[in-house]
Amino acid sequence: MKTRDLSELAVRNLREAVLRNSLTTLGVAVGVASLVAMLSLGVGLQTLASQRLTRSGLFDAVFVTSQRNFRGPRPPAPADSAPKKESRPLDEDARQQLSKLSNVTEVYPQIRFVTEVRYAGKSETTSVLGLPDSSRSSGAFEGMTGAYFSSPTAEEAILQIEFARVLADQPPSLVGKDLTLRYAERAALSKDNGRDSFFPESMIGSATPGGISIVPREKTLRIVGVIESDPSAGIGGFGGTRVYLPLKTAEQLHVAQPDDLQAFLSGNPAKPSYMALTVRVHSPKDVLQVEAAIKQLGFATFSLLDATKGLRLVFTVFDLFLGLFGSLALTVASLGIINTLVMAILERRREIGILKALGATDRDVRSLFFAEAGAMGLFGGFFGVALGWLIGSALTWGTTIYLRRQNLPGVKISYIPWWLAVGAIVFAIAVSLLAGLYPAARAARLNPVEALRYE
Amino acid sequence: MPAAPTLIQAESVFREYRLGETVIRAVDDVSLTVEKGEFLALLGSSGSGKSTLLSMMAGLDRPTSGAIRVRNRNLAELEPDELARYRRETVGMVFQSFNLLPRMTLEENVELPLRLAEVDRHDRESRVAEALARVRLGARTRHRPSELSGGEQQRGALARALVNRPAILFADEPTGNLDSVNGEQILLLLREFQDSLGMTIIMVTHERPLAQKFANRIALLSDGRLVSDGAQR
Repeated sequence: MKTRDLSELAVRNLREAVLRNSLTTLGVAVGVASLVAMLSLGVGLQTLASQRLTRSGLFDAVFVTSQRNFRGPRPPAPADSAPKKESRPLDEDARQQLSKLSNVTEVYPQIRFVTEVRYAGKSETTSVLGLPDSSRSSGAFEGMTGAYFSSPTAEEAILQIEFARVLADQPPSLVGKDLTLRYAERAALSKDNGRDSFFPESMIGSATPGGISIVPREKTLRIVGVIESDPSAGIGGFGGTRVYLPLKTAEQLHVAQPDDLQAFLSGNPAKPSYMALTVRVHSPKDVLQVEAAIKQLGFATFSLLDATKGLRLVFTVFDLFLGLFGSLALTVASLGIINTLVMAILERRREIGILKALGATDRDVRSLFFAEAGAMGLFGGFFGVALGWLIGSALTWGTTIYLRRQNLPGVKISYIPWWLAVGAIVFAIAVSLLAGLYPAARAARLNPVEALRYE
Repeated sequence: MPAAPTLIQAESVFREYRLGETVIRAVDDVSLTVEKGEFLALLGSSGSGKSTLLSMMAGLDRPTSGAIRVRNRNLAELEPDELARYRRETVGMVFQSFNLLPRMTLEENVELPLRLAEVDRHDRESRVAEALARVRLGARTRHRPSELSGGEQQRGALARALVNRPAILFADEPTGNLDSVNGEQILLLLREFQDSLGMTIIMVTHERPLAQKFANRIALLSDGRLVSDGAQR
């Protein structure tokens, strides 16, 4: 029998016992829904975690330091590594060069300094960090009291809540107020100025072209936000800072950095070098390639890529278990299909006999029952995916309400990618066909004479 | 006038069933031949083995021993798929209880053998209409079996049996569930098929008068054995 005729007959048969077949199909749908809901939860949580980690800047960033200094984490060089390139300063030229590498989206320095903060007569010493404008979309500032910086060069500050509590009993009240930074500004001196410096030439040497001066400065900044978390983790290094400024504003302060002394000693104090640069790449998969390219340029690098591999493993195991639990419901549903089809054989014995008398082969009869099982799987799969989506949406909705009550931003914890939807439908059809295997074989084996005699 | 060619040849056919330790011999050493275009009535009382013999000749059942040759092919040796093909292409069947599928309309029931034979959709409609016109049911095509009288149902079953233009039509007690008027109408149709289409008809019945009136030949069975076999007209 042709596939189209077979399908028409199967659908007609399903329509005849509409209540029983609908209930069986509903059983499949519930099974698929539980599978889809479980897996969508796993996928959603994985996506959420990946997005958060990616947006944190930890996994799509390469931290670059000069091989000259010994600060910052640096992996040990493998025993068979190539001979080291000549050590290069991490200066503006290097920054420009790094930004031209393929798959690099952004290169910015880590500007971090310890300074004195004055507010309402109080004076506190704390650590300040310059944030690149890209951190706006990092997700780290979601749920913050106040707002993000109005522009990349705004003279504004965001405070970490622990520090804000030191300044005021009610941290949110600080938003809109001004605070003052007292910091040490670095200024390069000309050669002549250098000679006029405090140090006699005998001390700094005749070869020294000039020098640097450290000048105390003050800067008033408007507090625009108070944040509970520490956004500096990842974006600008490894946390621990309490006051945040726009990176360009921080750069314009020319705050004296520890590397200035090295620049001074190296004889080029007018060309400051950076302690470290953060190189952001398009996606975490580009990290290895960019890291290798940077090493080729003679810089030391560090990334947290390996940690994402571990995370993927954890979520794969998590998904596996969720999938297994979800499959249990589908297994129960498949028993329903077997029951329905076996009952159908009993009821349709005579029909099977008639079909055989009219020339249907065993394969035709088997295919018909198979098609009916497959159709139940197909419809059950579609309904199940829709139902699973509804359950996932309800979970997301409930979670969002709960999180909002806790003053936290809502998150999408359930996500059905296309492969899950298609896979669930295919799985439902496969399970249904498997469940139809025994009834179909039994129907095909029926002796037509006995089947025709059946009342 | 030259003798008609032999279409079916049953040779020492036995059919036994096992019920626990008991062996029941439903057909016991029956040999007979059916010629092309013949109207043969298998007559006998209930349990005489006539329906079992008919089932074996129709390819629904296989003999325990012996051979049933149709056009020189032994049905007992055919593979299941070949036997199904024989039923589909060579044979048409009508039953005592009509056996129309209740959830299908009359035309869908008649179309069913064409679906199984994978006849092109475009040809089906005309063949169904032609078959239904032959049994004078052209106006009842959209009715379900439950909406038809017994006589109409059996005529519908006849249309289904001849829609594939079979060479042999097997009728198992076709008048068993009908009153005498409708029964005669059915047998008249069978005779009409025999005459106009050259169809070979083998009918099982226990009604001797009908067999004598319509069949060319009566084969009498009793306790599974062929007790007489003779021409009628």
